[in-house]
Amino acid sequence: MSMPFYVSPEQQMKDKADYARKGIARGRSVVVLQYDDGILFVADNPSRALHKISEIYDRIAFAAVGKYNEFENLRLGGVRYADINGYQYDRRDVTARGLANVYAQSLGTIFTETNKPYEVELVVAEVGEDAETDQIYRLTFDGSVADEHGYVAMGGQTESVAQALKDGYEEGASLEVALRTAVRALEAQDSDRRLEAKSLEVAVLDRNREHRLFRRLPARRIEELLAAGDGGSGAGSSGSSGGSSAGSAGPSVEDVDDVLGDGED
Amino acid sequence: MASHDSHTGRLPGLFTSPDTSSFTEFLGVYSPELLPGRRAVPVSPVGDEIPHGTTIVAVSFPGGVVMAGDRRATAGNVIAQRDIEKVFRADEFSAIAIAGTAGIGIEMVRLFQVELEHYEKREGRTLSVEGKANRLATMVRQNLAMAMQGLAVVPLFAGYDEERDGGRIFSYDPAGGRYEERDFHSIGSGSVFARGSLKKLYRADLSAEDAALACVQALYDAADDDSATGGPDLTRRIFPVVASVTSDGYRRLGEDEVGALAQAVVDGRYDSPGGPTAPLR
Repeated sequence: MSMPFYVSPEQQMKDKADYARKGIARGRSVVVLQYDDGILFVADNPSRALHKISEIYDRIAFAAVGKYNEFENLRLGGVRYADINGYQYDRRDVTARGLANVYAQSLGTIFTETNKPYEVELVVAEVGEDAETDQIYRLTFDGSVADEHGYVAMGGQTESVAQALKDGYEEGASLEVALRTAVRALEAQDSDRRLEAKSLEVAVLDRNREHRLFRRLPARRIEELLAAGDGGSGAGSSGSSGGSSAGSAGPSVEDVDDVLGDGED
Repeated sequence: MASHDSHTGRLPGLFTSPDTSSFTEFLGVYSPELLPGRRAVPVSPVGDEIPHGTTIVAVSFPGGVVMAGDRRATAGNVIAQRDIEKVFRADEFSAIAIAGTAGIGIEMVRLFQVELEHYEKREGRTLSVEGKANRLATMVRQNLAMAMQGLAVVPLFAGYDEERDGGRIFSYDPAGGRYEERDFHSIGSGSVFARGSLKKLYRADLSAEDAALACVQALYDAADDDSATGGPDLTRRIFPVVASVTSDGYRRLGEDEVGALAQAVVDGRYDSPGGPTAPLR
């Protein structure tokens, strides 16, 4: 006769959290940071079809790491939330705060009420009239929300990525400088990682655009920006940043990580 | 209907069924009362006391299409509004305009705009021009019962077709019939006169500016003979809404641009009230 083992709620939650963290840590990182004209999203993602960064609404974008089918489901629901609210009320009444709340509720319920928590981490960001009114919310697998300023790193090896961002981030940086900082930070995931335009997914919420402010940058534009960042301020940024040199100092091995070994099967 | 399961805090309706990228279909399950086609139809025909939008014209030219509408809404013999807008951006590469019951038409336009954007965001691609035109046909068809009671709406849809590098124009009937038009088209109460005018003004090699001018001329001719169509109002500076769709996307012409066109058209009519004349032979 078998008796089910008693597992304390503390232990249950801890097990679920460990499980979710492990899943998220297998994937590659995404960074989100403010620059002078808005908010920049950069993902270490060679896929052109499966996005980690997406448009939600006029001023709102979404970035995620973890299990694709899970965050894709959240993204699709977010688009519905935004469109139905914008349709019923007004386009100005769709806010990142409201969306972050919906996600927090969903993730929290899934975490506590189901056996398998979502292995995802999200950023919901809304660009404002100026940097002061930009909003960046980070949501974790258990539904907790953090209000971030400046920059956010999520995914695998976040400690080193966040450290590199902390060292390289400057407020009010131009797009070139911000992109370069972001790429250096993502390269800090591994000691010999070198990221090229075609293995990056880059998008911006540009407050100077009209109507829908979200824009993906094509590979050619990313190349141009990275080249400009290297030429213009290369000396300055490599001199000032002790932490970010690890990524670029490694031997420039043509690093062809297998595209599918992303850890997010 | 338990569509808003807010007591669980998960809003499952948002994240689960129906598995569709159509906003209209989703709305039909989530908040059916918001869909225009799901409402109780008036038992007796509605008279003409509800505002009606009037004349719309569209002209294609090499590389795009121009669409324009006058600014008048009428309720019977009364001018209900003198600065109503009836031409809208549908998405980056298409425009939509409405004639008929203004309230229902504007609601249809809003729904259509969200429908296109919703699909684009969820699927990561835009619908084809035909896809958009067909989607609109479905929405018009859902309004058939209302149309039978006097609340008809007919849109005119124009989009830029990347493959052909040109504009496409689609017209509709109240039953949802979708017809692709060649070169130019007009809908609404003044459309008979506008179409006659465009027939004489249209050339296959119009520039974007001349296509816009042809639209303003045609609207002038419509206003000349149809009491429900408003002409350019120089005293209040209320001019037609003119928009173009090209490979650069949707662009509504600025007040000054349309003002200059309208002024030129009105000035020309002092000499020749019938407008530009076509060669007889």
